[in-house]
Amino acid sequence: MEILFVLLILMIVGSIIALETKDLLAAVISVGTVGLTCSVAFLFLAAPDIAIVQVVVEVLVLVILIRATINRDTTAISGDREFFGMAVSIVLLFVIFIFGIKVFNDLPQFGQPIIALFSDAPSNTYISRGLKDTGAANIVSSVILDYRAYDTLGEATVLFTAILGALAILRSKARKKQKETGNK
Amino acid sequence: MTGMTLIVKRIARCVKSFIFLYGIYITLYGHLTPGGGFAGGVIIACSFILLILAFGKEKALERISKSLASELDSIGALMFLFIALLGILIGGSFFINFIQKNNPGQDFHLFSAGTIILSNIAIAIKVGSSLFMVFVIFAVLRVVKKGDKFEMIQTEMRDEE
Amino acid sequence: MIYTLCLVLFMVGLYGVLVKKNIIKIVLGLIIMEYAVNLFLIFLGYRIGGVAPIITRGADLVEFTKNSVDPLPQALVLTSIVISLGVIALMVALCIRLYERYGTFDITEMRRLKG
Repeated sequence: MEILFVLLILMIVGSIIALETKDLLAAVISVGTVGLTCSVAFLFLAAPDIAIVQVVVEVLVLVILIRATINRDTTAISGDREFFGMAVSIVLLFVIFIFGIKVFNDLPQFGQPIIALFSDAPSNTYISRGLKDTGAANIVSSVILDYRAYDTLGEATVLFTAILGALAILRSKARKKQKETGNK
Repeated sequence: MTGMTLIVKRIARCVKSFIFLYGIYITLYGHLTPGGGFAGGVIIACSFILLILAFGKEKALERISKSLASELDSIGALMFLFIALLGILIGGSFFINFIQKNNPGQDFHLFSAGTIILSNIAIAIKVGSSLFMVFVIFAVLRVVKKGDKFEMIQTEMRDEE
Repeated sequence: MIYTLCLVLFMVGLYGVLVKKNIIKIVLGLIIMEYAVNLFLIFLGYRIGGVAPIITRGADLVEFTKNSVDPLPQALVLTSIVISLGVIALMVALCIRLYERYGTFDITEMRRLKG
């Protein structure tokens, strides 16, 4: 799986460029490349469902972000935040990094998932009985819409609330004023 | 927003119906091949977003207006909940796959997975219309500088000015 | 080793959130963190030489059960990606409102104008 190392290093380089470049449009496009590389990595990890969703969502995120940054004030905002807070956060990053590496010792090796180690893991049931129980050949689809459909219902609620919030925040003030004067 | 150049308009006119059809295919065959309601819904929304970007928003809003999109959003969410509630009425528990349980279809065919295909359609309607609505809001609004203050206006008002 | 690279990607995103001044850069940092977490969850379910969890016509079910990757992280990440799109739309809406209020994306400027 050397290709995954190449893709991950590409993603890290792309995200560093996205965070460090001065031009906002270039930063947004760099994040787009990171997301598309992520979707290629999903394809190599035998997850075609997620690869499709990731590609399409990435295109939409890119369009929304470009929409937000284009025609805006293009003066570059240089420099970082004040020194003390930045030093503290760098130290914090190192601490989190070291503890995270410690955690990886307890996880199973890459390439040996939990379903291979424990025979009574729930995913084994989904794989072996999914076709008989639900009739769906795509096991991921049978998990999200039959075995764990509550999760999808919660997801629909969260998406509904987020979109509602975005609409409420962006509601136009100018049109409202015009209507009021029109009524008077 | 009068749209882009002639080349973009011509290509968009050729391609838009294929993108829409591909979204419907991804949605309907979500239980047999990779895909499903989420991917199909976002692809359907992308076909309308292509129309907005290429022709300007008037052309796209002729096909599907903003109020229709918000109604479709609610209808998709209610359809999903209604399928779940039918499970209580017929099968005895929330979200039970009652069609597959009572009369299972033949495996590897379009009508084989019971309520999964209905749920896929409901989720595709919900996700597609809500994302389309978000993009319309982002496309319509524009921040302009009026004197010292910044103000957010709708673009059609600026066109009238 | 590959988990560590994934953690490095997460750290790059966290660095952007903690250190950068531009509010769009902060949003980009959050998006990068989401990618890292999604990728890590998929890594946990991968089996070397595994096949995608989709049964093809005429496939041997016992053989498929031995070779398939874990479908559960894939299902959860699928919903997580779509939620992240809604959350990004909400964050960008907030950014546009802040730009309208203060005329800049710089968060230190926003702090100065608060009083």
